[in-house]
Amino acid sequence: MAVAPERTRLTWDYSPAPESADHVRLRDAYGVFVGGEFADPRSGKSAPTVNPATEAKIAKVAIAGEEDVAHAVKVAREAQRKWAALPALERGKYLFRIARLMQERARELAIVETMDGGKPIRESRDIDIPLAAAHFFHYAGWADKIGYGIAGREHRPHGVVAQIVPWNFPLLMAAWKLAPALACGNAAILKPADTTPLTALLLAEICQEAELPPGVVSILPGNGATGAALVRAEGIDKVAFTGSTAVGKDIQAALAGRDVGLTLELGGKSANIVFEDASIDQAVEGIVQGIFFNQGHVCCAGSRLLVQESVAEQVEAKLWERMQKLRLGDPLDKNTDVGAVNSGEQLTRIETLVAAGEDEGATRRTIACDIPERGHWFAPTLFTEVSPVHRIAVEEIFGPVVSMLTFRTQAEAIEKANNSKYGLAAGIWTDKGGKAFEVAAQLKAGVVWQNTYNHFDPTAAFGGYKESGFGREGGAAGLRPYVRVS
Amino acid sequence: MSPRLAVRKTYKLYVGGAFARSESGRHDPVLDHEGSHVANITRASRKDVRDAVKKARGAQPGWAAKTAYNRGQVLYRAAEALEQRSAEFAQQAVDLRGAKPAAARDEVAAAVDVLVHYAGWTDKLHAVLGGVNPVAAPFLSFSSPEATGVVGVVAPEEPELLGLVGAIAPAMAAGNAVVAICSERWPLAGLDLGEVLAVSDVPGGVVNLLAGRREELAPALGAHRDLNAIVDASGDAELGERLDVLAAETVKRVVRIPAGSDAVDDSLRRLEALTELKTAWHPIGA
Amino acid sequence: MSTLAKRSIKTEAKLQGIRLAVSMLDLTTLEGADTPGKVRQLAAKAVCPSPTRPEIPSCAAVCVYPALVGVARDAVAGSGVHVASVATAFPSGQSSLEVRLQDTREAVAAGADEIDMVISRQAYLAGDDARVIEEIVQVKEACGDAHLKVILETAELPSYDHVRHASMLAMEAGADFIKTSTGKAKVGATPGVVLVMLEALRDYTQRTGRVVGMKPAGGVSTSKQALHMLVLVKETLGDEWLTPDRFRIGASSVLNDLLMQYEKTQTGRYGRAEDFSKE
Repeated sequence: MAVAPERTRLTWDYSPAPESADHVRLRDAYGVFVGGEFADPRSGKSAPTVNPATEAKIAKVAIAGEEDVAHAVKVAREAQRKWAALPALERGKYLFRIARLMQERARELAIVETMDGGKPIRESRDIDIPLAAAHFFHYAGWADKIGYGIAGREHRPHGVVAQIVPWNFPLLMAAWKLAPALACGNAAILKPADTTPLTALLLAEICQEAELPPGVVSILPGNGATGAALVRAEGIDKVAFTGSTAVGKDIQAALAGRDVGLTLELGGKSANIVFEDASIDQAVEGIVQGIFFNQGHVCCAGSRLLVQESVAEQVEAKLWERMQKLRLGDPLDKNTDVGAVNSGEQLTRIETLVAAGEDEGATRRTIACDIPERGHWFAPTLFTEVSPVHRIAVEEIFGPVVSMLTFRTQAEAIEKANNSKYGLAAGIWTDKGGKAFEVAAQLKAGVVWQNTYNHFDPTAAFGGYKESGFGREGGAAGLRPYVRVS
Repeated sequence: MSPRLAVRKTYKLYVGGAFARSESGRHDPVLDHEGSHVANITRASRKDVRDAVKKARGAQPGWAAKTAYNRGQVLYRAAEALEQRSAEFAQQAVDLRGAKPAAARDEVAAAVDVLVHYAGWTDKLHAVLGGVNPVAAPFLSFSSPEATGVVGVVAPEEPELLGLVGAIAPAMAAGNAVVAICSERWPLAGLDLGEVLAVSDVPGGVVNLLAGRREELAPALGAHRDLNAIVDASGDAELGERLDVLAAETVKRVVRIPAGSDAVDDSLRRLEALTELKTAWHPIGA
Repeated sequence: MSTLAKRSIKTEAKLQGIRLAVSMLDLTTLEGADTPGKVRQLAAKAVCPSPTRPEIPSCAAVCVYPALVGVARDAVAGSGVHVASVATAFPSGQSSLEVRLQDTREAVAAGADEIDMVISRQAYLAGDDARVIEEIVQVKEACGDAHLKVILETAELPSYDHVRHASMLAMEAGADFIKTSTGKAKVGATPGVVLVMLEALRDYTQRTGRVVGMKPAGGVSTSKQALHMLVLVKETLGDEWLTPDRFRIGASSVLNDLLMQYEKTQTGRYGRAEDFSKE
């Protein structure tokens, strides 16, 4: 080889890097999980759960009805008495077993989560499943230390807790609900979202494998009607709900006059605030992480981008350039950044609000990318020239759409950020520590991220102000919703 | 056909993650409760104490730097490993000390549960011991507990396994490294505990287990200037007082564990004594 | 940043990436014990890394001390492989400016196509930006037609903000390439440092229109790390920057790992060290 070949410009494309799904074994059909067993639903109803990236059916899943709910509550009441009577460390040991089993079956759970919900495998694998196991591990350790977390007062479990979780982080939300409930000596009846029941059902199998006493955990797959029946059932002592603000309000009203505890984790329109003294490249990464993580299907998504006017042009240019590097496609491909939208209904909601944004006069830019033929997809979108009055600045879109507004002073940023009926999260980008803490102190948001976004940990309390809900999940604060203190 | 000859175990110290004989080359016979010879142990010396403290100091920063979650998982894994060998440990207590089988089983089960209990403490200490301080000035002030560093442990003579575990688990959970002196009369369980820890992802040097003459080793440990704290579970008042005097030379923290004290009920006291609370301030605003 | 670290490069992309990485290598030997024989052997490897796989290109350059530039030049003559020389009292730079300039001139006279200089950390850490810039300007002049790479020695800079600032100074002073490290410090080119430098470079190039190249050196010893560097370039600057004219990797042992990974991707077999020559 005498002469080097001529150096030409080329393109370097990533080859497909699909996660192989062949070791995953799912049943053709799943019933309800009550009393430690799977059974056909008394309602007689079931429906297929669908892969939103391919529209292929995965399995048939029960739709629990009122009779199923009543039966589950009865079984749970009985089981809860014995569960609460166990020595606390023994309760903790069951939860440690569950945490370990989740770690052992991590890959299977990640793949099923991606297939059922549409999120990229990289996220299921690296965030959802590890955090879910970590929540069980964390609360396992609290089971015999509740007195330390609740400063030595008398406390007892509520009894039977009804828990309803959404489709955006199915297994993780199930873990956020079940782990503290069980650690505190309650029995739980969990209703997963109708489009994403599978990982909750695999969790039921894990509970069986852990030999969790029958009836301590029930899983009732179903739809809105199932959830409505559950919160109105006789014999429940507490409700925990994560989902849309509209349904949250329904539930709160439905519990009127009843002595039933309630915690809600609802929607948001969180402000991500970029000050002129931020590290701009770092802030752009944070903006992307804040709104395009999980296709923007995140209650605390940084969907309102507030940028100080003096750096607005620079941020906009860098953000748009960065957005174009996002890879949309097969969620099971390890290089995919943006997966499928969870359902046709959600896609329609996103499209409707985006159309409204264009009508109201904001400037829309959507990245160019190949959209697969089948499945539900929405390409990352940036709106600029947005005003606070626009619907796209006020209403939760719950998709990969960011609305960018400008501000001039710190006081204005805080005022705009707080000017929302929501108050779930906020992001602050500045290199001045003092400023970051000062702004954080004035934001009406339950979670404030400084120079980062979308970080979660079992020890760090999470929850919202105002119509983003009440009650906290995570840490010692996450115990208090699950006990009655006297 | 002649009976098969058993391969006897050689008991070694557990220092720096490795199993080694004492640098002194000495040994001590281990006799059971009836006076019969059961095994030899390698008899640790003052130099072994010195070497162990050096290993502990080297390993401690890495252990403290691991996430609390990770430390919890390591302790839980140690519980798994001990659970798996619980029948063997129980039998050893019966054979060696003459313990009743049920009591021996209970002791090992309790030791496993102690490890599980402390596994669950690692990521809760900050919530219980620390917090944000509402100072009367525009500052964010917070206090958080950090590991004190290298902790010496003098284990009780009995119960030789449960007492040792109850003394080292709190130290480990809080992010410290440990040099422990096992029961002198019944040292085998403590040395075998080294095997349990070695398979549990405990980094080498985080726990070091020495066996030998307490009279020789405990003062050597207590006098070592590079120790931050000493946990005295010996139950020996005279030794305790000597350790207190030695501790005063470098203001070591002393944690006394009286006989019969329960490692689970007493957990917060043991944990807190082996942490240092750091308070930091940062201006809010200009 | 962590998302870029998790890119999965398989099959065709991996083969192409490996060939690309090889074509960007400044194959380096900078030891007190270097002799003409050593340099000739290294040069032979740079010219033809894999006789059995002719599709694998030559490396971009060999990188040596000034005293061995002449030997290197003869060894690579006619192959298209460049000769890069360290200069300016590499690696510490702790000599008078006059000595450092003379060091540069001698290397250029001996036939170096490229000069890898070190900034004066002494001046930088004392806050003397003006002196840092002035020295680079003078070294650039001493280079004549040779290209100038400016080594920041990021391991000695206190923060990412400083890495960015030093990058800007170097580019403003006329550097053709900015380079992370001498390879002689404890830490070389970490992904964080590389990303910060690529971002600084992107801002500078967009602002001024002048293209400046980037070279991580030190700490890239596996194919995975080398491909990760390519991912950083691709996703920060774009495919047009994936060329040895704009991106180099300063390394030595990584070449054999690249060759081994290439074989593995082709044959499916995990490899062994003996199948690849050691210079």
